[in-house]
Amino acid sequence: MQERVIIAGFGGQGVMSMGQLLTYAGMIENKNVSWLPSYGPEMRGGTANCNVMVSDEPIGSPIVTEATVAIVMNRPSLDKFESDVLPEGNLLINSSLIDIKSERDDLNIHYIPANELADELGNSKVANMVMLGAYLELTKAVKTESIIEAFKKVFGESKANLVAINKEALEKGAEAVR
Amino acid sequence: MAKVLMKGNEAIGAAAIKAGCKYFFGYPITPQNELPEYMARELPNIGGVFLQAESEVAAINMVYGAAGAGARVMTSSSSPGIALKQEGISYIAGAELPCVIVNIVRGGPGLGGIQPAQSDYYQATRGGGNGDYRHLVYAPATIQETVDLLMEAFDVAEQYRNPVMVIGDGMIGQMMEPVEFKEPKKRPIAPKTWSTDGTKGERKPNIINSLYIDPQELEDHVIRLENKYAEMKENETRYENYNVKDADVVVVAYGTTSRVVKNAIAKCEEEGIKIGLIRPITLWPFPDKAFEEITDRTKGILTVEMSTGQMIDDVKIAINGRKPVHFYGRTGGMVPIPDAIVEEIKKISGGVK
Amino acid sequence: MTKVFEKTKGLTDKPFHYCPGCTHGIIHRLVAEVLEELDVLGESIGVAPVGCSVFAYDYFNCDMQEAAHGRAPAVATGIKRVHPDKVVFTYQGDGDLASIGAAEIVHAAARGEKITTIFVNNAIYGMTGGQMAPTTLVGQKATTAPYGRDASHAGNPIRVSEMLATLDGAKFVERVSVHNAAEVRKAKKAIKKAFEMQLKGEGFGIVEVLSTCPTNWGLTPVEALKWLEDNMIPYYPLGNLCTPEGVK
Repeated sequence: MQERVIIAGFGGQGVMSMGQLLTYAGMIENKNVSWLPSYGPEMRGGTANCNVMVSDEPIGSPIVTEATVAIVMNRPSLDKFESDVLPEGNLLINSSLIDIKSERDDLNIHYIPANELADELGNSKVANMVMLGAYLELTKAVKTESIIEAFKKVFGESKANLVAINKEALEKGAEAVR
Repeated sequence: MAKVLMKGNEAIGAAAIKAGCKYFFGYPITPQNELPEYMARELPNIGGVFLQAESEVAAINMVYGAAGAGARVMTSSSSPGIALKQEGISYIAGAELPCVIVNIVRGGPGLGGIQPAQSDYYQATRGGGNGDYRHLVYAPATIQETVDLLMEAFDVAEQYRNPVMVIGDGMIGQMMEPVEFKEPKKRPIAPKTWSTDGTKGERKPNIINSLYIDPQELEDHVIRLENKYAEMKENETRYENYNVKDADVVVVAYGTTSRVVKNAIAKCEEEGIKIGLIRPITLWPFPDKAFEEITDRTKGILTVEMSTGQMIDDVKIAINGRKPVHFYGRTGGMVPIPDAIVEEIKKISGGVK
Repeated sequence: MTKVFEKTKGLTDKPFHYCPGCTHGIIHRLVAEVLEELDVLGESIGVAPVGCSVFAYDYFNCDMQEAAHGRAPAVATGIKRVHPDKVVFTYQGDGDLASIGAAEIVHAAARGEKITTIFVNNAIYGMTGGQMAPTTLVGQKATTAPYGRDASHAGNPIRVSEMLATLDGAKFVERVSVHNAAEVRKAKKAIKKAFEMQLKGEGFGIVEVLSTCPTNWGLTPVEALKWLEDNMIPYYPLGNLCTPEGVK
């Protein structure tokens, strides 16, 4: 198993933390993992993306050039990363903010209205977790429990009150692609 | 100890503190800022000092003062900042002071860019500072290796009374990987009887100095340094060899690039092409010995760097004309992709046999 | 026979290399006497500059570090942060402190580093052979200002003490001279106060000492003392620019 994931969106959509949670969860499950962010002025310009590897084998380059999955949260991210996914790979599109369809016909494409689903839960900030839930349902890369454990480790006691809603968001995302 | 997921820059900071570093002097520059930020947060909690200097020049000279005063001390920067530190590095080497210098390399020349690069190989191994001096250069490829070498670097610096540089790039600095902090092996480190911490009227004054106005005295000093460097070459050279013995092509790459090369090698193996890898872990001393494993079967050597070709000079010296040496590189912050490296390998191997 | 004078223990027995008539020797002695009188020789770490006093590390009888040109305040910062309980001082000339090391001295003062700087201003680069310094007076000849310093070309000389006194971190700033016995006595008082202030942990202290360079000024030692009095003091007025309450 080797998951090579690109997660992309604009600043504030939780793109980086989504990637970190996946990476951390992989580590909890004793898999080989890496997380590589974009950095520098482009971050301040608003777009953000990260590369995540979760693998049974040792990881060579942490740069994802032949992605098994891309999770795109906004339109520029779809334009930029659509072509990086290998045939038969998964492309998860946040259809709340992306109003066009993918031009690829060799991928498994999933349109998930992440923002609407998050709003239904009463917290639009968990749109990223909705997407992550969908991704986990499709790939079973790591267990949902590992993500929750990672959440507690990464965000600590101060955000413990948010565990419940994040769990719900993961489930909502999973439902969306079931 | 359990593994933790850490960003490279922060892992370096944590490793330094675990290795007993209590003093950090630096100046902000991308892409290494998380490291001084980490030290600014953590050092006051352990009775240490983080100080943001007015310049890289001042920072390295603060390191000189603190190292001369007997402390475990570190600075970090990125390429243009390391260029400014060269003056101090030369003085530190000349005065034989231990310290650790981290260079999270970015593209150049000049202000260059901020993306990963390896175009400071000359700067690190030849030194931009003046005079006959050398220092160890560790070039880790993973965060775990960065942490291991960083912790050891403090001991090595004190064992030899010499600066040690740990070189990474924006990718190593910014990415996250699981790390575990392990005690490095014990080394023979003499007490710092030379440090300037006040005579207390009990001994003759100690003088930290690199000035020898009498040419014979300076020559003697430099020869003594040279002998020390020879000892470092003998004992501290490190590399990783993978399948070098029966390879059609041997690739030489370090740090970030070596990871991409590993992907390229996996692709070649799928196609039945046997590729070896020599990965220098110390850039200085360069692992000449690693090249002795290359056999007649090998058609050529491919050096892959994120520069226009700097390490290739050392590869050619090491191979000493026995095999043709080829080059592939990207620069300016561009990271080579595995397929491009595979293509270069095939040009040398002539494809599948 | 009664002993009327004894060399301070603050200096080693190494003979000075300074030119005849140069006042570095007096200033060295004053600093060394103060360290001895305050009984801090065993607790002191000095930083030598690059310039005429580059060999200061051989003369002061305490731990010493030799800094790169202009970097003494940075080196002293490193030492003081490691040993906050020790006495740390820099001894610097005008080229070292006011030209190549301008950033280091300004920021050490701005941070209020608890160090003492002895700034020897003789308005010329001595060691390298009489080139123009940042403190060379307008009209004064130097090997790199053969027609005399022209302010429209090279700017005006820097009054370091006045500049540093504007910084809140600089707690003791005084300009003194050593061109006659009375001024030498005053200079010693100022140097002592600056070190006492460091012992009290008050902040950055600097004593600017006007000094002669007969060799590069092209004057006899006596003429040089007179030249200092007539030409330097009008531009670099003597006196205290700031003193903390505790050491007044």
